[in-house]
Amino acid sequence: MSWFKRSAEGITTTTEEKLEVPDGIWWKCPSCKKTIPTIDLQENSYVCTSCEYHARVNSVEYFGIIYDEGRAELLFENLKPKDFLEFTDLKPYKDRIKETLSKSNVSEALTVGYGTVNGHGLVTACMNFNFIGGSMGSIVGEKISRAIDVCLQKKAPLLIISKSGGARMMESAFSLMQMAKTSAKLTVLAEAQLPYFSLLTDPTTGGVTASYAMLGDINMAEPGALIGFAGPRVIKETIKKDLPKGFQRSEFLLEHGFLDFIVKRKELKQRLSDLIQLFENK
Amino acid sequence: MTFLDFEKPIEELYEQLNKLKKIGENGKVDIQSTIIEMESKIEQTKQAIYKNLNSWQRVQLSRHPERPYTLYYLNHICSRFIELHGDRNVADDKAMVGGIGEIDGQTIMFIGQQKGENTKQRQYRNFGMANPEGYRKALRLMKIAERFNIPVVALIDTPGAFPGLEAEERGQGEAIARNLFEMSKLRVPVVCVIIGEGASGGALGIGIGDRILMMENTWYSVISPESCSSILWHSWDHKETAAEQLKLTADHMYQFKLVDGVLPEPLGGAHHDPERMAQTLKDTISNTIRELKLIPVNDLIRDRIQKFCQMGFFDE
Repeated sequence: MSWFKRSAEGITTTTEEKLEVPDGIWWKCPSCKKTIPTIDLQENSYVCTSCEYHARVNSVEYFGIIYDEGRAELLFENLKPKDFLEFTDLKPYKDRIKETLSKSNVSEALTVGYGTVNGHGLVTACMNFNFIGGSMGSIVGEKISRAIDVCLQKKAPLLIISKSGGARMMESAFSLMQMAKTSAKLTVLAEAQLPYFSLLTDPTTGGVTASYAMLGDINMAEPGALIGFAGPRVIKETIKKDLPKGFQRSEFLLEHGFLDFIVKRKELKQRLSDLIQLFENK
Repeated sequence: MTFLDFEKPIEELYEQLNKLKKIGENGKVDIQSTIIEMESKIEQTKQAIYKNLNSWQRVQLSRHPERPYTLYYLNHICSRFIELHGDRNVADDKAMVGGIGEIDGQTIMFIGQQKGENTKQRQYRNFGMANPEGYRKALRLMKIAERFNIPVVALIDTPGAFPGLEAEERGQGEAIARNLFEMSKLRVPVVCVIIGEGASGGALGIGIGDRILMMENTWYSVISPESCSSILWHSWDHKETAAEQLKLTADHMYQFKLVDGVLPEPLGGAHHDPERMAQTLKDTISNTIRELKLIPVNDLIRDRIQKFCQMGFFDE
């Protein structure tokens, strides 16, 4: 005999019958843990309405934010990754590419767009963190190189939005050489006296930091972005000490002299537009 | 001589040879023929082992504790060499050395990472891991070279740029990036030689030039086999496999056209005959610079940028 007796019927709805909240209606902020409607997030340039956390978004969203009417012409989308080294770790690189392509709305870890910002032409090479961690492989290097060619052709400034874990290990020395390739090509842009604006976003680390991300005529970052050469875990293991609060964040880099300023995403378009015009009216 | 795990058969033969020699000295037995036999057996074993080295074994040789380092070479190949110090901003980085020297009557500005030969020296040299001021010191010397039309030679040997707290504060990423940018357009011939480990951005930070060369038993990669194993295999146990997968040997790099040439090493590695290795290095540097000096500087820079811009693979 049980001590208690259920007087009312319990939940009898089967799992299939449950009313599901459709995906993507709500968004939970990884920083303040508050849940807000996704539509509010979108209208707020993908910045948390409660704590100003800048959500990780990719080229699709950035082009929507910075370009007039939110539209850019996408360039070099015909470039496709290739497993030249036949690299296999826990799974073949070939399968990794396939899997990522099927899940992602972009074709590689970087997308190049051309459009106008308040009427002024701008070439943007924007990294996509959801494509193998935004890792820099051959395509990233080649697209940046070609984006610079477009700048030379159109006499337009270059914006690179960095968001990357670093080099793509599966392309070994080829990925390392993309640091050399992009930096070498940036000298051609500099020679042509076309400005290069570098926007560092969360996260920008490794070989990307040690090449084009740090080479802007203007280096700017979104608030609170992790920016560094070595990752915090590696540094912690090396020095065997805890890292100070705010270490390797945008504000830390500004303080140490490696950024010109920090820009909120909502003010990005206006800031870019001002910069382009100020550099043009010389 | 320190023997590596795969060199154990050679070590054992040497031990036997030494015993034989002792017996020969003390006893009345004539063992001359046995000694000759043993010596030829050692030679055969060496050939068999060293002619078929796998990627991981080459990585081990590149790190051999008796392998010659940058300053050894500079002191042996230059008729005169004056070491120069400091980045004029923060410090003098002991992991990155440099100076002005002379080979066959040609003045050359040298830069390169420096490792230590014993425990104390290794710490002093921070294991060949440079801080930002090291890269900035290298750049300072390169800028002097450019101003006085002196060719630059970089000797690369590093397990990576130092991943420390102060290194980040002082902009390790910026320091390396700046070197890549400035070296791409340096208006003098630049020759880079990997003489040991070529690990990632730390190596590339002094690695942009008109000719990139590797010694036979060195490696060049985006990441060390150990770190690659730890990240992609989630364990430290796959370094041999990672080394194979990364295709990081001099042969691979030459085959991929990522480097321009491979310098042969004495059998068993540079440490088996450092003087001969130094001579090979000296002749190579001398010839390469003579050849590069004939090219007009604007063409030199155009070709240099072009060379790096062609690196990469993709479908179109």
